[in-house]
Amino acid sequence: MGELTDAFAAAAGMVVGLDPDLVEIVLLSLRVSLVAVGLAAVIGLPLGAAVALFRFPGRGAAAVLLNALMGLPPVVVGLIVYLLLSRAGPFGVLGLLFTPTAMIIAQTMLVLPIIAALGRQVVEDLWRDYAEQLRSLGAGPARAIPTLLWDGRFTLLTAVLAGFGRASAEVGAVMIVGGNIDHATRVMTTAIALETSKGDLVLALGLGLVLIGLSLGVNGLAYGMRGLGRFAG
Amino acid sequence: MRATPSVLPLHVRGVSYVVDGKALLSDIDFTLTDGSRTIMLGPNGAGKSLTLRLCHGLLQPSTGEISWAVPHRVAARAQAMVFQRPVMLRRSAAANVAYALAVRGVPRRRRGPRVAEALAAAGLADRAATPARVLSAGQQQRLALARAWALEPEVLFLDEPTANLDPAATHAIERVINAFRGRGTKIVMTTHDLGQARRLADHVLFLHRGRLVEQGPAEAFFSRPASREARSFIKGELLW
Amino acid sequence: MVRIGGAKVMAWMAGLFLLASLTFLVGARPVAAGERSITVASTTSTQNSGLFDYLLPRFTAATGIGVRVVAVGTGAALRLGRRGDVDVVLVHARAAEDAFVAAGYGIERRDVMYNDFVLLGPAADPAGVAGMADVAAALRRIAEAEARFVSRGDDSGTHKAELRLWRAAGLDPQAGSGRWYLETGSGMGATLNVAAARDAYTLTDRGTWLSFRNRGRLEVLVEGDPRLRNPYGVILVNPARHPSVKADDGRAFIAWLTSPAGRAAIASFRLEGQQAFFPAPAKDAAANR
Repeated sequence: MGELTDAFAAAAGMVVGLDPDLVEIVLLSLRVSLVAVGLAAVIGLPLGAAVALFRFPGRGAAAVLLNALMGLPPVVVGLIVYLLLSRAGPFGVLGLLFTPTAMIIAQTMLVLPIIAALGRQVVEDLWRDYAEQLRSLGAGPARAIPTLLWDGRFTLLTAVLAGFGRASAEVGAVMIVGGNIDHATRVMTTAIALETSKGDLVLALGLGLVLIGLSLGVNGLAYGMRGLGRFAG
Repeated sequence: MRATPSVLPLHVRGVSYVVDGKALLSDIDFTLTDGSRTIMLGPNGAGKSLTLRLCHGLLQPSTGEISWAVPHRVAARAQAMVFQRPVMLRRSAAANVAYALAVRGVPRRRRGPRVAEALAAAGLADRAATPARVLSAGQQQRLALARAWALEPEVLFLDEPTANLDPAATHAIERVINAFRGRGTKIVMTTHDLGQARRLADHVLFLHRGRLVEQGPAEAFFSRPASREARSFIKGELLW
Repeated sequence: MVRIGGAKVMAWMAGLFLLASLTFLVGARPVAAGERSITVASTTSTQNSGLFDYLLPRFTAATGIGVRVVAVGTGAALRLGRRGDVDVVLVHARAAEDAFVAAGYGIERRDVMYNDFVLLGPAADPAGVAGMADVAAALRRIAEAEARFVSRGDDSGTHKAELRLWRAAGLDPQAGSGRWYLETGSGMGATLNVAAARDAYTLTDRGTWLSFRNRGRLEVLVEGDPRLRNPYGVILVNPARHPSVKADDGRAFIAWLTSPAGRAAIASFRLEGQQAFFPAPAKDAAANR
C-alpha cells in the first residue's frame, strides 16, 4: 500500500510540476485516441445505422460480425496494421510505420466496431418506435439515418466514450505500430509499460493515475456537453 | 383553394390483408371522396387501423388495389397521419414541426412562419421551445396535429388519436380536427368510441372482424343501421 | 423564432473537431522535411539501461541526425531489419547477426561494445550457487535442485545466450518448463519482475540490473565467467534490398559508434557509479563482414 501512496505523490508531482516529458506524452495520447475515436464515430455511426435500417442479404451476419469485432484483441489489430504498413507490406511505400498516424489507424480499427455495433442497436431500437411516423412524413431509411443518430445522441455519446476508453487504455496496438519511440510515439500506456519493465513500479503507477485522471477529464467534459444539448432541445 | 390537382378520390377495391395465412382483412371495397369527415368505426380488432395504414401506404395489400387520382408518389405528399401514440423526436416542439417541413424539402427560411402558424392552430404557441418529450400526452398529440397542419395535407389520417386521452384533451383534439376540416382537409379517422363517431362523422365505414360490414352517411347509419352487427354495436353491446 | 440550436452547436463542434484532427493527421509526420533521422531497432536491455538516452544526443549534436529507437527483443529487431522497417539494427546475438548478414539482409557489421551477463538469484540461494566461477556448473546445480529459474523465452540476445549456457552445461531445461523453468516470453524488465516476485534465479545483462528498481530479494550470485561476456554488434540494413533505407545516415551512425568519440561516450556511461558498457577494441571494430 505504501507504493500506492508513493504513486499518488509521484503523479501529483508530475502534474503540478508540468513535467515536460509528461506533457508531451499526455498530448500525444490525447491526440491519437481522440482522433481515432472521431474517425471511428464519423465512419461507424452511419455504418451501424445503415446496418440497422437497410434490408440486405447477410444483414444478420453483419450485425453479429460487428458485435464480435468489439472483442478484437488490441495486439492482434496492431499486428495486422503492422503487416499492412511495414515496408515489406502492401502500404509500406507510405512510410507510416512508427508514426502517430499508424497508431491512429490501429486505434480507429479497434474502436470502429464498438461504435458501429452499439450505434446499430440504438438506431434499430429507435426505428422500431419511429418507423411508421417517419415513413408517414416521407422519411425512408436513408433519410432517417441522421434523424435517428441525432435522436439517440445521449446513448450514442456513451458508446463513443466507451470507444475512447478502449482506445486510451490499450497498449498492444500502439506498441507494435508505434514502437514506443521516445519523443515520437510514446503514449501514456506504452510509457507505463516501459516503466514497469524497468521495475519503476511507483512511476508506472503514477502515470497510471494520470491516465485515469485524463479519462475522468474527457468524460466530465462530455457530460457537460450533454447538458448543453439537452438545453437546446 | 387548391393549386395542384386533387389526389382524391381514393378507390379501395377488393383489398385483403393476409398475415401467416390468416386473413386480417378481406373484401374491403370503398371510395373516399372530398367533402366529408369519414370515420372508420368498429370494435377493437376489427381491422380499422390496418385499413388506415393500407390507405396511407404504410402497408401493402395482399390482394386488391388501392388507387388515388394521381400516382402514389404524388399522393403521398398530400397526406399526413397522426397515430394513437404520438411519436416525438428528442427536440423542441417547434423543431419537431420544422423537421416535417425539412423532410418535405421546404427551405430553411420558409419554415419559421409555417411552424409558428401550425403551433398556433394547435394552441401550442407558448410551448414552441419546450422539449417535446416533456409535454403532456394531450399536448404531444396536439403537437402531432400541428406537425400535420404545417404540411398542409389534402387528406389527414388519424388512428384513434384520443384513445389514451382524458375528456378535456379529447375535446381540444377534436377542435383542431374540425379546424382542419375548416381548411378543406379530408379527414379519415378510426375510433371505437361511439360518442366520438357521433360527434365527428359525416360518413361512416363500419368494420367488424376484418370485413366492411356497412357504410353510409352518418345520420342514416346511427338512426337506421342496416346490419345486425351495427345495430348491436350502436346499442353498446359487446361484439366479437 | 426558435432555431434548432442544439443540432447546430453539435454539428459545428463536430466539424471543428474533424478539421483539427485532419490537420493533426497531416502534420503527423514527426520528422519535417529537411530534418534528418534514422530508425534503429535495438534491444530492451540497451534501452532500459538508459544508454541510448545518454549516447544518442551526443551523436545528434555531432552530426545533426536524429535517432528514433524501437526497442524490442533481438529476434524481433532482426525481423524489423529483414522487412526493411528500420535503417540499422543494434543487437547482441552474434550467431543470429552473422546469419542476418549472410542472408543478405544486412551489410557492414561492426562490433560496438560488450558488457556481461550476471546470474541473479534469491538471497536465500536454495541451489547454493553463490560465488561460483563456472556459470554452467551453477546452472547444473539449479536444474538438479529444480530451483525456480525464470527465462526470457523470447528469442532475444539474452535468451540465446542463456540457451547457450544450458547447452554448455549439457542440459535441456525445457523438460521442466512450467514447473521450475518459467518462460515469460517478455523483455528483460518484465522477466526481472517475475523473478523478483517468485524469488527465482535468472540471467540478465548487467546494464538492466544496475538500473532496475524492483529488485525484491534478488542479488548477483554468479559473475565473471568469460562465457558471460555479452558483445553487441551494429548492422546496416541492406539498402539493395530495401531502397527506403537511409544508408548514408545509417553509415554515419555506425561510423560514429565505432569512432573514438563514440567509444569514449560509451565508456563514460555510468550506471549506479559503475561503467556498464565497454566499447569494442578499435581493431575488432574495423573488422568488416
